[in-house]
Amino acid sequence: MIEVKNLTKTYGRARGVEDLTFSVEKGEILGFLGPNGAGKTTTMRIITGYLAATSGTVRVAGYDVFEDPMEARRRIGYLPENPPLYREMTVRGYLHFVCEIKGIPRSRRSGHIARVVEACGLGPVYGRLIQNISRGFKQRVGLAQALLGDPDVLILDEPTVGLDPRQIIEIRELVRGLGSKHTIILSSHVLPEVSMVCGRVVIINNGRLVAIDTPEGLARRLRGSRCLAVRVRGPRDGVVAEVGALAGVRSVSVGEAGSGAGTPGGPAGEAVLSVETELAADVREALFFKMAERGWPILEMRFVDLSLEDVFLRLTTEEKLDDASEVAASA
Amino acid sequence: MLKTWSIFKREVAAYFLSPIAYVTGAVFLVLSGYFFSILLFATRSASMQGTLGNMAVTFIFVAPVLTMRLLAEEKKLGTDELLLTSPVSITSIVVGKYLASVLTYLVFLAVTLIYPAILRHYGSPDMGPIYSGYLGMFLFGAACLAAGTFASALTENQMVAGIVGFGILLLFWILSWVSAAVTGPVGQAISMLSILKHFDDFQKGIIDLSHTLYYLSFVFVFLFLAVRTIDSRRWSA
Repeated sequence: MIEVKNLTKTYGRARGVEDLTFSVEKGEILGFLGPNGAGKTTTMRIITGYLAATSGTVRVAGYDVFEDPMEARRRIGYLPENPPLYREMTVRGYLHFVCEIKGIPRSRRSGHIARVVEACGLGPVYGRLIQNISRGFKQRVGLAQALLGDPDVLILDEPTVGLDPRQIIEIRELVRGLGSKHTIILSSHVLPEVSMVCGRVVIINNGRLVAIDTPEGLARRLRGSRCLAVRVRGPRDGVVAEVGALAGVRSVSVGEAGSGAGTPGGPAGEAVLSVETELAADVREALFFKMAERGWPILEMRFVDLSLEDVFLRLTTEEKLDDASEVAASA
Repeated sequence: MLKTWSIFKREVAAYFLSPIAYVTGAVFLVLSGYFFSILLFATRSASMQGTLGNMAVTFIFVAPVLTMRLLAEEKKLGTDELLLTSPVSITSIVVGKYLASVLTYLVFLAVTLIYPAILRHYGSPDMGPIYSGYLGMFLFGAACLAAGTFASALTENQMVAGIVGFGILLLFWILSWVSAAVTGPVGQAISMLSILKHFDDFQKGIIDLSHTLYYLSFVFVFLFLAVRTIDSRRWSA
């Protein structure tokens, strides 16, 4: 239903997204996950035709969004990050206006609006001015706007951001219910949300696609190994070399497990390591004897469980560094 | 076409639901009422000639205020994301919004028809120059609003849009001053571009095709630039 191929967007010298390729099947809910500034909104804006790509193609329901924009747009409902609402209009007036610009025939309009209002639970605010309704209702009006015209494809940019927990649950339920009739791309930087609602997840970081899989698959991929956090008093390089040589060890990285590369490797004279091992292997004893043999006392050793949250962090740690340096630069 | 109508309707409602139309309209009408009564008392002639000229100058200041919100606010509030991702062409959006500002202006002009009505009631004015003068006012105002619409497409800041719009109109106004200093064909060419120069003949009762064409192409060029500006934004940000 949606095909994105080699999509690249550059802003002047800065990079928006780079060489993004993925596709979404009919009836699928695809989660778009990434830290803020990763390129989620940019990608969604290109799919909807709000932005033009620097290179690459996007096809929606078979129509190229650059060459056949009108046909593609007829098939897309889009909820931007900030719901595009006219404050001085009533909900009723606004939904009628959206119907008009989407070209829904007058005869079908009122029945169609009634259905969407029902689905989004907008009954209580239908006659009120948009500027006077709560944030949660505004978000729903935005969603209703996207649903008008029964588009095949829904693009929802952070539909639950800024809502209270009850509203978040309601919106999630609503989106999940829509999945049977529409193909949906939903972006979020909240991981549990994506794993709850979406059938498949794209993790995007720094404008690049990092991983694409089912939520379970992503977790399994990283649970194919176990992670051991170790703190040893001894020369860092020596410890890394010795631990790396043990049977069953896949990789050794300096730094706190789960918090990603870039955290300091502990105070001088100590080595803080995160050791990835085979799922079946328990290297703790071997590690103890090896360290004892070299006379490097183990200060701490424990297994670290990788949650999906850790997966996300691990896959996107580079971005965290960038963010930190940006903050430092702007401070 | 149908969608231009939808955009137009929504925009007209936005004008008259907010204070903008009323405030700018009040300012415009108070000033033109002042010109009408002062000139009437001073000259005691049943003519609109001076009044219409002053109204035109006044409208150079009023037009940017009327149009500065049109496209800038959409960008600022993010509602342009709805319009530009809907199956509506940018031309429909720009033209629909522009026509809404023109209608608002026509409402102002309609109110000023009370002045010629007063003249007719108490005197016997020559109606020819009044009709042509109002046609000229309409064309002149339509041109000013097109420039303002273009300025509004440039930015998301209404204040900036207003100032830029005013700057454009001021430039086209003072072109006629320059022509006094620059003689020869260059000066003449420059004064041909002046936005108020083309209004003079309408006031005198002359409907010249070249003046009409000047205003129509002025509108066309600036609306075209507005459409191109919005289209090009997709490539930059």
